[in-house]
Amino acid sequence: MKGMWLRQILSVLRLELKKTALSKRGWWVYILALMPVVLTLLHWLFELRRSHGHHSLGDDSVVFAGIFLFFYLRGAIFFGCMGIFSNLFRGEMLEKTLHYYYLTPMRRELLVAGKYLSGLSVAMVVFVGSTAASFLMIGRHFGAAWTDYLVHGPGLGQLGSYMLVAALACVGYGAVFLMCGLLFKNPMIPAAVVFVWENLNPFLPTLLKKISVIFYLKSLCPVEVPVPPPFSVMVIDADPTPAWIAVPGLLAVSAIVLVYAAICARQSEISYGE
Amino acid sequence: MSESLITFASVSKFYGEVLGINKVNLSIPPGITSLVGPNGSGKTTLMNLMTGLIRPTQGEIRVLGIAPEHPEQLCRIIGYCAQFDAFPKGLTGRQFIYWFLRIHGMSPAECDQRTEAALEKVGMTEAANRHVAAYSKGMRQRIKLAQAIAHDPQVLVLDEPLNGLDPMARAETIALFQEWGAKGRYVLVSSHILHEVDRISDQVILLSHGYVVAEGQIQGVRNEVKEQPMQILVRCDHPHVLAARLFEQDHVVEAKISTDRKGLLLRTTDADSFYLLLNRVVLDSGLEVESVAPADDDVNSVYQYLIGGEGGTV
Repeated sequence: MKGMWLRQILSVLRLELKKTALSKRGWWVYILALMPVVLTLLHWLFELRRSHGHHSLGDDSVVFAGIFLFFYLRGAIFFGCMGIFSNLFRGEMLEKTLHYYYLTPMRRELLVAGKYLSGLSVAMVVFVGSTAASFLMIGRHFGAAWTDYLVHGPGLGQLGSYMLVAALACVGYGAVFLMCGLLFKNPMIPAAVVFVWENLNPFLPTLLKKISVIFYLKSLCPVEVPVPPPFSVMVIDADPTPAWIAVPGLLAVSAIVLVYAAICARQSEISYGE
Repeated sequence: MSESLITFASVSKFYGEVLGINKVNLSIPPGITSLVGPNGSGKTTLMNLMTGLIRPTQGEIRVLGIAPEHPEQLCRIIGYCAQFDAFPKGLTGRQFIYWFLRIHGMSPAECDQRTEAALEKVGMTEAANRHVAAYSKGMRQRIKLAQAIAHDPQVLVLDEPLNGLDPMARAETIALFQEWGAKGRYVLVSSHILHEVDRISDQVILLSHGYVVAEGQIQGVRNEVKEQPMQILVRCDHPHVLAARLFEQDHVVEAKISTDRKGLLLRTTDADSFYLLLNRVVLDSGLEVESVAPADDDVNSVYQYLIGGEGGTV
């Protein structure tokens, strides 16, 4: 039937949002995403009251780049996506409810797509939204200069880049963690391995650097974050990947991971450990 | 393979080294079929295999010609009320049925209409807007059943569907199965409540330790159990006369006169010879026979003969 698959994917998406979007189990993800927004809001309020010793707009730009790289990419988006995506299948297996989906006349590949899109929509709204809000907030205390930076300077471009990177991070980590949730009884173990690998990235040889998500995401960030000593001596520099390779490359890798997850779903059985 | 039967051809399922079922060959016709066997005999494995939730290690399954590896086709004709007492979080009874119908690809209006019909069938319309988490065990069982029948499947698979139901709900649910079976659909029920299974089943499948011990109509299955003498209860005016004649026969193993002196319970290895003898006794001695009925061609007796132990009765 024409359009049936689309109807089924949308139904899964809507059901998943209904079940999980505001569930108590997901509150920590929202809190995680709100933290930098609250921090930049406090920064704005604090700077408004300060009469002297203002730092420059450029300083704030670098600070945001640091927050984005170390808090968002290496922390919040990573763990947030782990929480959201690895539970899409594993959570249902633990709650013994996955069979309801498996008993619907739907190709398992479409179920994977529907669940992935539901996770992605939540992750994107939360993390891309949070990125945008905290970026807009961080230089707010500069008033007209900040507006000018955004409208006539590189500000909007930077904002677009950060939002794109946050979105791509959700796409990439989402695919990886959805697959982990399907393949592993305890997705925390592969997640810990991925976490260590991604955080070791600056210190890895150039070739190994490229087998990671963070390397490509970092290449797309508009402002470089200087590495402080003593870590700076251990960092191995590699040429950043151009955007025209990094973006489609990440999307392609995510698609491959999702296809593999779909094959796993097709072959999976309902075994709730009984 | 037939497109009008549910067939298992030499199907085995192993969970690692643990046997689920072994070399099962079955052809299940329309009507109500009961799966009977002790815990761990393979009933749920058989149902999970049939619905595609698990895959056979060996062999081939077809449900009206459709392989379970194709859920997009199979799940249009099959409804499964599984044993798991778990539900997606945060949904009301109505939403639970409605949203899984939406995944079938039906329009919102059709889903609404089918949801209401299913709720009404199981008597859950009034409680439909409450969260499933707040339901009693019996209500959860009924809402699961409603979800399994909402898309009007040709094949209905029910794993212990009477568990947790009060007598009234149990009777209504059994009536629903009978209505379904009478329409020429396939109803496969596993249950420990043997006397109810006995009442509703067109055929039974007895399982033990992963093997099919017997299958077919219960009387037929009983007749196949040759090593157990058949029990027959005769109600008549002079049972001692009949008993005296019976003891002359080799095939009669035991005869007991009831305490009210109006009945005789006998065990015979050759029921046909007994019926011929009874006719002769009636003609010779003018015995007035009120009733003659087999006393052990029910599921419970067959269960005891073939599997051993007591079948559940609650």
